[in-house]
Amino acid sequence: MTEKFESDAFTRSSTGAHDAGRTEERNENRKVRTAVEIAGVTLKNPVMTASGTFGSGMEYGQLTDLSALGAVVTKGVANVPWSGNDVPRIAETPSGMMNAIGLQNPGIDTFIRRDLAFLEKADTRVIVNVCGRSIQDYCETAERLSGEKRVDLLEINISCPNVKEGGIAFGQDPKCAMEVTAAVKRVAKVPVILKLSPNVTDIAEMAKAVEAGGADAVSLINTLTGMKIDIHRRTFALANRTGGVSGPAIRPIAVRMVYQAAHAVKIPVIGMGGITCAEDALEFLMAGASAVAVGTAHFRDPFASVKTARGIAAFMEEEGIEDIRELIGCVD
Amino acid sequence: MEAEKVFARALVLGQESVGTQIFSLLLEEKTVAALAKPGQFVSVYCHDRSRLLPRPISICEADPAAGTVRLVYRIAGEGTREFAALKTGDMVEILGPLGNGFPLEEAEGKRAFLIGGGIGIPPLVELAKRLPGKKQIIAGYRDELFLTQELSRRGELFIATEDGSTGTKGNVLDCIRENGLTADIIFACGPTPMLRALKAYAETEKIPCYLSLEQRMACGIGACLACVCHTTEKDEHSQVKNKRICAEGPVFEAGEIVL
Repeated sequence: MTEKFESDAFTRSSTGAHDAGRTEERNENRKVRTAVEIAGVTLKNPVMTASGTFGSGMEYGQLTDLSALGAVVTKGVANVPWSGNDVPRIAETPSGMMNAIGLQNPGIDTFIRRDLAFLEKADTRVIVNVCGRSIQDYCETAERLSGEKRVDLLEINISCPNVKEGGIAFGQDPKCAMEVTAAVKRVAKVPVILKLSPNVTDIAEMAKAVEAGGADAVSLINTLTGMKIDIHRRTFALANRTGGVSGPAIRPIAVRMVYQAAHAVKIPVIGMGGITCAEDALEFLMAGASAVAVGTAHFRDPFASVKTARGIAAFMEEEGIEDIRELIGCVD
Repeated sequence: MEAEKVFARALVLGQESVGTQIFSLLLEEKTVAALAKPGQFVSVYCHDRSRLLPRPISICEADPAAGTVRLVYRIAGEGTREFAALKTGDMVEILGPLGNGFPLEEAEGKRAFLIGGGIGIPPLVELAKRLPGKKQIIAGYRDELFLTQELSRRGELFIATEDGSTGTKGNVLDCIRENGLTADIIFACGPTPMLRALKAYAETEKIPCYLSLEQRMACGIGACLACVCHTTEKDEHSQVKNKRICAEGPVFEAGEIVL
């Protein structure tokens, strides 16, 4: 029954999903090559989910086809469970939203037992996002995850703006960023992506610092720190006062930073920030990203990442591009 | 176990104003209508893409035979203002049904209070339709009444208004006391102060009490952890004292949550 409803859900959904369905038919005979490689790991296409917006894929997997994605990037996990912030944790902003979830997570034990077990069956790459309060925390979690064969890559979150010492302390200082990278690299047995904060003066400097620390790739941007006031209640819209702004509103900033980072380092750059569709994703690829992530857009459309992946293939076919690598960094 | 759900384009069959800033939207969506249980909600998406978060709206009525779902909501901002402009023949994207709904089986052989406050009243309509046994409905309004016909047809209706223009002057608990009402179980939806008072009342009366909570939501399906509430015990899913209102809720046994 579940499968029937899932297929119903897909065919019954928006015109957009119908478009995606047609794209799929078209792509059956396609000759385009969408696969990309990140630190020796091949992804069938460059589209991932952005950490924190997609859980571990269990919930969205009931509606959408995870195997259509290049990778699932999980919500951040720490060595122990974290309770997160008080509510309200989110607020809508023009063409975007703010969140201050506070990295609530069930801890590594439950994550391995439940979330990784679920992902075992998913035909996609698995990238586990790791958060921590200290270098020791990051290393403990990274080491545990390295022993799990389902984990293809780690993404180290040194950029969460919503918790004290929840990463941002590492993510705003090049020396600290390099140290945490080097420490994690010493214990990790799978390639390591460092997720960078946009809340810095010079993104290129941060990218270079983690590259020097041994990072295998960088991903950016995390959310931009913002604030919203509820004028009727005369208080902050979020319990945490500040939150991370995401969504289409931040996309031009993200494209600019991805371009800068891609020109500063030799390691692959994974681009994200306000991507809602293939056209948005292509901007990042052309700016130099080897892969992209769709995040906040899932809240407007549960199929956003899947449609983005299919739309990129359709674009390539229309434009007569045989290999996606022709597009990566083509705007210089 | 979460209910099955679909992301669908629903046809607007009609819309009418049922009070100041309060609208009743009738949608055709056969799967949602067939699956919906009282107390569940749907995420409704704006056409204007600059408003990207769906609005969670409780299901007022679901008719599986007709394939229709009725939503009654108040204009609370630009998103709901957009919904209020929907006309017959328009399409609107929805995701649902979401959440757990009220545990009807708990009311078996019991006398139930169905209590609603303000815009928490709409889900009581479908609840009253499907709940077996004797039920007394207590509805608390500021001043203007809505949905009273639908409610009085399916149970004994008692009304409280803040200004005393109809029924008891005061809140739903004032109404219960003034009318000397008693019950074996409570189902309620409304503002947090009302739910907090009912939780205390149920503890004093030593009767089970199920409360439907509200919180700002993003994904609506349990992935983003935006809409949590505090719990008295560690939750199995979160491994902390938090539950997801959209997934484990929105209906909780009063004793398991901290309000």
